[in-house]
Amino acid sequence: MIDRVKEKINELLSEGSVKGVVALVTANGHVAPCLFQKGDDLDTLCLGDTEKSGDARYPLNRVLCTIARQYPDDVFGVLVRGCDERGLYGLYRLNQLEPDKVVPIGIPCPESLAQACECKKPYPDDIVAGEKFEGISQQGVEDMDNKDLSTRFSFWMDQFSKCVKCYGCRNICPMCFCRECSLECEDLVSKGDLPVDIPVFHLTRAMHMADRCIDCGLCEEACPSDIPLRLLYKKTAEIMNTEFGFTSGINKNEKSPLSLMGPAPEK
Amino acid sequence: MDYRNTLTTCTYCGCGCNFFLESLDGKLTGTIPCKTSPVNEGKLCIKGWNVHQFVQSERRLKQPLLRKNGELTEVSWEEALAFTASKLKEIKEANGSDAIGFFASAKVTNEENYLMQKFARAAIGTNNVDHCARL
Ligand code: SF4
Ligand code: SF4
Ligand code: SF4
Ligand code: SF4
Repeated sequence: MIDRVKEKINELLSEGSVKGVVALVTANGHVAPCLFQKGDDLDTLCLGDTEKSGDARYPLNRVLCTIARQYPDDVFGVLVRGCDERGLYGLYRLNQLEPDKVVPIGIPCPESLAQACECKKPYPDDIVAGEKFEGISQQGVEDMDNKDLSTRFSFWMDQFSKCVKCYGCRNICPMCFCRECSLECEDLVSKGDLPVDIPVFHLTRAMHMADRCIDCGLCEEACPSDIPLRLLYKKTAEIMNTEFGFTSGINKNEKSPLSLMGPAPEK
Repeated sequence: MDYRNTLTTCTYCGCGCNFFLESLDGKLTGTIPCKTSPVNEGKLCIKGWNVHQFVQSERRLKQPLLRKNGELTEVSWEEALAFTASKLKEIKEANGSDAIGFFASAKVTNEENYLMQKFARAAIGTNNVDHCARL
């Protein structure tokens, strides 16, 4: 699969249809986000798999946004998995990226990763190489729903109380880009104090991600306290789906129900 | 167009978390925790996450400051070191070695901290060595 990806990137760069490609590189024994440009050695390109499949994924769309903000007239390629492609659709919708300035290079995820992610759609619409594997049901959410309210409440309060307020969940998130973040609004979250405001901090973030989170899991992987953030956001996404029939990034041109005024859209 | 991720180690504490300093055209744009680092496995504390900000901060000290007529004034390293050395000597002679204390820092290397305590003990002659975390 990786050879085909390299071939594709090489094609794009040498014909000049993109200025650069945001992907991953192995350097100094570590995996890092990288911008490949014409003439760069593609041998070191990697897909973010080290010991396990997808265990060294990075928010490449976030990197793309950083570069595109400085170079708004150029076209860039970006390596995407299913979640990243959902992210691109979301970022187009939220005016953070221009669809005609982005060339996604899609790869599907293997079964093991789809299982670990409990991923609804472990493949992008456009696949450059590789076999796609079908989506997985959200067992984690269902198991949690089956517990009674007081168990769930104390579970989450215990989890939230472990928070060290590093803001890593926000900082790593490819869908967080607000200049003024609500998690820094002193009416909601006190500044410079620990423990963090519980459960306001975590629920504020969950609410703000309701129509944006593309379930990539990078926040949970960045959380030093192992708080199951992804489960929380999966549940929020499920509510969005049940109430409004909306799933972030699944349909390219779908508007968010949270940005519409008027009666609830048809399910 | 020069986008880079430079692998480095956090200067804020002794844990030594690894991250990439992300830069675009020579300006730092962010910190990305290194997932393949066995030290921090893609996680950071709030200090590490914001480490890129101090490098280019307007408020960063770039030269030693000496208070002259009540005002902090930028001076050369030679002047700052000569002033400090003469004051240390003066205090040691007037009040003894134990009138002087030393604060080590988590923001410098082990080797630099070693040198500092060596200087305290061997050159000044005091065991008054402590750490900035207790300030
Ligand atoms: S969330 Fe889905 S698309 Fe993203 S890495 Fe996991 S399995 Fe792949
Ligand atoms: S899973 Fe986490 S990091 Fe990924 S989009 Fe959702 S909130 Fe952001
Ligand atoms: S990453 Fe975890 S510990 Fe850090 S702020 Fe988010 S929930 Fe809290
Ligand atoms: S990120 Fe935090 S814990 Fe890690 S070395 Fe820096 S200050 Fe220490």
